[in-house]
Amino acid sequence: MLCDRCQKRPAEVHFTQIINNSKKQMNLCSTCASELQAGSLGFAPQLNLHDFLAGLINHHFTGSSIQTNALPQMRCEKCGSTEAQVAKTGLFGCSECYSQIGERVRPLLKRIHGSSIHTGKVPKRTGGTALIAKEIRILKNQLQNAIKYEEFEEAASIRDRIKELEQKLQ
Amino acid sequence: MSLKETVSNPYSKWLEATGPENDVIISSRVRLARNLMGYPFPHVLGHENADKVLYAVQSAVAQKSLQEAVGNLELSRMTELSSIERQILVEKHLISPDMLEQPEKRGVVLRDDEVISIMVNEEDHLRIQCLLPGLQLKECWDLANTVDDGLEQIIDYAFAKEQGYLTSCPTNIGTGLRASVMLHLPALVMTRQINAVLTTLSKLGLTVRGLYGEGTQATGNLFQVSNQVTLGLTEEEIIDNLITVALQLVTQERAARRALHKEQLHQIEDKVWRAYGLLKYARTMTSNETMTLLSDMRLGVDLGVITGIPPGIIMELIILSRPAFLSKVKGADLNPYQRDIFRATLIRERLNSLSNE
Ligand SMILES: [Zn+2]
Ligand SMILES: [Zn+2]
Repeated sequence: MLCDRCQKRPAEVHFTQIINNSKKQMNLCSTCASELQAGSLGFAPQLNLHDFLAGLINHHFTGSSIQTNALPQMRCEKCGSTEAQVAKTGLFGCSECYSQIGERVRPLLKRIHGSSIHTGKVPKRTGGTALIAKEIRILKNQLQNAIKYEEFEEAASIRDRIKELEQKLQ
Repeated sequence: MSLKETVSNPYSKWLEATGPENDVIISSRVRLARNLMGYPFPHVLGHENADKVLYAVQSAVAQKSLQEAVGNLELSRMTELSSIERQILVEKHLISPDMLEQPEKRGVVLRDDEVISIMVNEEDHLRIQCLLPGLQLKECWDLANTVDDGLEQIIDYAFAKEQGYLTSCPTNIGTGLRASVMLHLPALVMTRQINAVLTTLSKLGLTVRGLYGEGTQATGNLFQVSNQVTLGLTEEEIIDNLITVALQLVTQERAARRALHKEQLHQIEDKVWRAYGLLKYARTMTSNETMTLLSDMRLGVDLGVITGIPPGIIMELIILSRPAFLSKVKGADLNPYQRDIFRATLIRERLNSLSNE
């Protein structure tokens, strides 16, 4: 299938556009898709984000430009979602999907967010070691500042605290 | 105020034009996506599990410590609301249109003044939202953060060290934070600078859409700007980025307004007074025309061309003239033609009541 827009490159992304309640299927090459997405602001109808993502995931799983039925059927043991289902909806079935199917989507997350490591808030009870890791990050920042302003006593005590926390992580 | 009363009232706290930079920024909103550990995400969640999630949230919001921290929160199941009441919650931006499907699985938590709302079992188990007038993103984040802390006392969240809060759509993982501001940018539109501005925003990793959600046009010169990236930045960084951009837009819009007021005074005054005249005397009014005219009138209020009109009334009239609200006020279903007549009547009455005050 060729791209609907340029009619030159193979269509790799398939999404549904909804204009005035009528559905329209579009098949685009990745170049045209990214151009359209960048241009669809305010006035133009937005791409349906899920469908767009589904197209990307599908492409990512199959690694080819052709949408086939022969998707690899990796399945989340917890909720039973298959890669095919995730690729179709752009949605994961449960949090376990992230470790089961998610491994293979990791590069895609990086493409969406430009980064793949969470640095924000950590829930106190279910955050596990992430909370300690976050504290270490903050302390390392403070350590650099202390060194910069030549507050060496302060720096030493921060360093001790970091060591203590790092042992907890092991 | 009960949820039923809340729904019947076109007033919402966020409609008060009292916040900082309110001549350009209508409102600020922060949304946190959260999921409960051990349950499938809502789109594959069975009825029994959906019920368990609703119960868990109900007891979490009822905690004394949380209520002391943020005020009275109450959960209503969607099935407890009539279809018009549900539609009004959408028109007031308190729930998304998706919430109207499969109502038996879904619920909404509201604080009386509508500043805090939580959608239960929408795309994620929880969507904690805070909505305030003007530029108050930090305040929204603090409040949402407090609600989140409170819920977390009882609810086990799905969280992973590297991916942060786990959400059903991978575009929300990490912080789960979507922050947005709603801006009124009539002068940037009139001076045709808006496209350049919007292109710049997209390069900064921000998305722009119209007032009533994804895929809608920017009617009434209202634009919603929000962050796209949710992973790899701290909540504070996301909020600060958006504040910086919002203030930049405020500066540009004000400069454009000053230029228009100076260089095209008669055209602007004419536009404003024509809008006011139509709103005050017309006998039928479509929803789109209303949005456009209210935008013009609001510009006139902000430029001091018209006085004696509270700026908040413009958003109040926008909400009041949405289809479900009109039906609610009328107490009957209206066809589009009847709606246009009733809309014009309500607006006329409201504006005339002001000039007699
Ligand atoms: Zn193409
Ligand atoms: Zn799963």
